[in-house]
Amino acid sequence: MANSFHIVVCASIVPDPLQTLEPAAGTGAPSLKNEIVLPAVLDPWAACALYEAANLAAKHAGSKVWLVSLGPKAKLQQVMMTVAQKVPFELVAIDGPLGGFTDAHSTAAALAETIAAIPGLDRARLLLFGGWESASRGAGVTMQVLGERLGITDQFQGVDQITVHDDGGFEVLERVEGGRHQVSECAGAPAVLGWATGNLAEPRNSPQIGMLNMRGILPALQKAKSVKLEANGLSYVSVSLPRQQRETRVVRDMPEEEIASEIVAWVAE
Amino acid sequence: MEKLLVLTHVDESGGALTKASLEAVAAGMEIAGALEASVTIGIVGAQTEAAAQQLAGTAARVLAVRGEAFAEARYASDAAACEALVRAVGATLVFAPASARFARVMPGVAYRVGGFTDTHITAVAKGEMQSATLEATRWFYRQRVEAVVRRETRPWFLLLEAGTRAPWESTGDAVAVETVAVELPALRTRVTGVRAPKQGEQTIRPDAKVLFVAGAGWTKKQPDGQVHAAEAETLILNFLRVSDASLGSSKSLVDQSGENQTVLKFLTHLNQIGQTGATPRHPKGLATCCHGEEPHVVGWRFITERRAVSLDPNCGWARGKADVLYVADAFKVIAKVNGLLAERKQANN
Repeated sequence: MANSFHIVVCASIVPDPLQTLEPAAGTGAPSLKNEIVLPAVLDPWAACALYEAANLAAKHAGSKVWLVSLGPKAKLQQVMMTVAQKVPFELVAIDGPLGGFTDAHSTAAALAETIAAIPGLDRARLLLFGGWESASRGAGVTMQVLGERLGITDQFQGVDQITVHDDGGFEVLERVEGGRHQVSECAGAPAVLGWATGNLAEPRNSPQIGMLNMRGILPALQKAKSVKLEANGLSYVSVSLPRQQRETRVVRDMPEEEIASEIVAWVAE
Repeated sequence: MEKLLVLTHVDESGGALTKASLEAVAAGMEIAGALEASVTIGIVGAQTEAAAQQLAGTAARVLAVRGEAFAEARYASDAAACEALVRAVGATLVFAPASARFARVMPGVAYRVGGFTDTHITAVAKGEMQSATLEATRWFYRQRVEAVVRRETRPWFLLLEAGTRAPWESTGDAVAVETVAVELPALRTRVTGVRAPKQGEQTIRPDAKVLFVAGAGWTKKQPDGQVHAAEAETLILNFLRVSDASLGSSKSLVDQSGENQTVLKFLTHLNQIGQTGATPRHPKGLATCCHGEEPHVVGWRFITERRAVSLDPNCGWARGKADVLYVADAFKVIAKVNGLLAERKQANN
């Protein structure tokens, strides 16, 4: 099929950004206090990748989207209740640990093994999507290693836009320093795209899409393979919250002229 | 004994190393001394001779991968170049700047040579508990949790955040450069250029002294019951022009542009700071019309001096986070600030 893609979106689940986080030291890697009961959401940048994948698939007939997610099954199920209503996808679940203190290389290994085993996946048409970083580990490592493990050496990070041409090639805009985008032309799939925010708004919930997705989600959760993530020699000397608290000078009832003069003097220092 | 390789690349001019590269060199020289490690510096670029002279005084072995294929920041060619340099040295530790160019490739390079990567490193030091052990500091959960990590496995790749130390300053004699040959794979990607966002003018300036943070309050109803988005745009853009500041924005304000609400037209997601945006480093930050609690404030975690203008004296952005909070109307204050800065600029010209 001309210009149809098999798009695999890798997305972890993370604590809702509005939750208060407190690290807890353990015998192995640290964790977050009460991590398992914290409300979770699909990782924000990976969610952008999912919406972009669905948008791309909708424009190119014959395309398909898989969502590969690693996390505790119960948490995945909770998050999928919401995510399922956004866009059509087939879930591939991996039952594994939650949290940002695991090693990215191990995560990539688990993802690579799972993706390679997806039935019917055409690796020649594969676009591997994900967030360029997660909101938990925030390393920006997993997608590159995953790409290498799957033999993909056309990789893009901090992607905000993909434009597919008639010949199957595509233009990619990647974030670079100075608030600009590097523009690249790629000959076509396979490729890795680690997304930044993209340009799409979050889709509205659709009960119809939710019903369709949920038919596959529960079986996918039931057959999720359990994985243990290796530390790869990584150990933690300390984990802490920043305790920096500033003594804020609150200035009330000062005329705007005086405030402006004070700010200008400060800026010019 | 550790073998430390510092990977660097040339800037867009092609004739000099990036500032972040020189910061990585400075970090490498310091740690090599502390760990009694050998140090080699690798350069990637189309031309590397001139850039290499910035390494004078390091007394390090300097290797280079050069050629037209390496003028472009492209995964396949950059990964091949860095892999060749790592293999040529047999490095056990690799430092590299966390630039867009190297952040794209370094994890893949680490995988190719059987190594592991840690990124967003803000500090490196010799461990106190064990001799000759490197420890690295980095943030987790979007700058909300800080950790110090170690790795027993080698090679260990560390991507160092820009702006966390002074760059290397060259001193002394000319630098001899050894060229490393690279066999490139078939290249399927071509870099065609760099594009600035469609926002009229450049508002993101990483080297600016001041970060101006615009919050959603700029597009809310003002005391007269009306929204003054056009006036807000003019005030903010004028401030950027007269102060040469960089512009950051809260997520809520950027998101409005995707939700068909009142927007500041020049804002894009690239301006976004905080939980799902950037955490830029500037000496000073001025937040205006921002609100929200701790998770949103990470956007200016790395701003040294912070001031805020808000009508809410209990604003979570400011209390305990800013050095000074002016309880005032930002529209009026910034208008007067702009006038004073313009006068000052004119006088200086």
